[in-house]
Amino acid sequence: EMLSAQGFGGPGKMKEYHYAGAVENRFSPYAFNGGTDTTVIGCSGFHGDCLTLTKIIDARLKMYKHSNNKTMTSGAIAAMLSTILYSRRFFPYYVYNIIGGLDEEGKGAVYSFDPVGSYQRDTYKAGGSASAMLQPLLDNQIGFKNMEGVQHLPLTQEKAVQLVKDVFISAAERDVYTGDALRVCVITKDGINEQTIPLRKD
Amino acid sequence: VGTDGSCRWMSATRVDLPFTSSQVVPLPFPMAHGTTTLAFMFQGGVLAAADTRSSCSGLVACPASQKILPIHSHLVGTTSGTSADCALWKRILSRELRLYQLRYGRRLSTRGAAKLLSHMLHPFKGTELCVAATLCGWDGGDFSGPSLFYVCSDGTRLEGSLFSVGSGSPYAYSILDQGVRWGLTVEEATSIAREAVYRATHRDAYSGNFVDVYHVTSKGWTRRTREDLKEEYYREKEKRRLERERRDTLHPANTENVTIQRALMQPI
Repeated sequence: EMLSAQGFGGPGKMKEYHYAGAVENRFSPYAFNGGTDTTVIGCSGFHGDCLTLTKIIDARLKMYKHSNNKTMTSGAIAAMLSTILYSRRFFPYYVYNIIGGLDEEGKGAVYSFDPVGSYQRDTYKAGGSASAMLQPLLDNQIGFKNMEGVQHLPLTQEKAVQLVKDVFISAAERDVYTGDALRVCVITKDGINEQTIPLRKD
Repeated sequence: VGTDGSCRWMSATRVDLPFTSSQVVPLPFPMAHGTTTLAFMFQGGVLAAADTRSSCSGLVACPASQKILPIHSHLVGTTSGTSADCALWKRILSRELRLYQLRYGRRLSTRGAAKLLSHMLHPFKGTELCVAATLCGWDGGDFSGPSLFYVCSDGTRLEGSLFSVGSGSPYAYSILDQGVRWGLTVEEATSIAREAVYRATHRDAYSGNFVDVYHVTSKGWTRRTREDLKEEYYREKEKRRLERERRDTLHPANTENVTIQRALMQPI
């Protein structure tokens, strides 16, 4: 199972988030809509903990909505998830999380976590079983790292979606655990757009 | 903390602290460890510097992490050990210091903050919690001036004027011991701190990427823009090449001398 998220400001003002279905359960959505129109959370790792964690996050989002009369912002969800994960410091949730969404200014925000709650805001991040393979590719294509004399063009929505599809197709080739399907969530100020793309089924 | 029910101060923290299970479950994944951080006092305040690489058993989990976390306007803490532990405990410390400030109308001194952190970590001694922090602050009031403390989750709490923590600290110590004096100017101190982190990142596998420098004075902390050490490496290489050329042109007859010198030339 593998997922990756990219966030970027610029003309598209959007953020993208994707995941791949597990090999064992043919289609199990890992990207979880954070009960808001502007945030998606993706979990990879031990599936049991993914499910429990998403249930807990869902409940906490609802509690916040009812007591504060507003939806949680991406930054707030990130901080909350950090404390939820750390509360199980000595018997952790074996989940690698990535949160993608829009911040208060409408720019893309990506927050990546480790299983015990350490987090920070990035522009892009890959997580899951194939993350070591894909993170360098994202560093190069989105961060323009290790390239000399190239123009740092801002990423457009079409280019970003295409990049993500390519990245996941490559992952499905070389990582045994990645495959079956890819679900892409594109988050813009107009809402969340989801598409499902098939990957290698072996 | 946990057993003292009469202390109302600590009861608030009891709820969200992670519970310790009697049997520690071995983790199936590695946690982020390995760093170079340093801090020292001089006439211009306290200077703290750190690299930004967050590694996770061989993989660089994050090349641009923040290892120096501001706790309040006049206190900054460097973090080393497990990222999650350091980040969360610093947050808990910030909260407790803010509560102290609201209750007693003055900021807790760095010495007090160090004692507080040390005592909060004590119940977790023996567990796999790993926090090694230096608290760098400027105290107001009666004992005004710069202040530097080292707190570790194994129970160590030390006051000092120079500390370096992490896997890259031996390399940093050698640079710092050579150059740090009380009478340094801010520029000189910054350049020594940068140099120490730079040399440590070169030799230590678990340190690298960028260097952050924070300076704490009576007016609060200021942060220098993050610097990419890769550029520094290339600048140094260029400088050495130019120096070698200059030496060759100045003493063309002594090429033998130059080759011997070159062979003996150690990295500074």
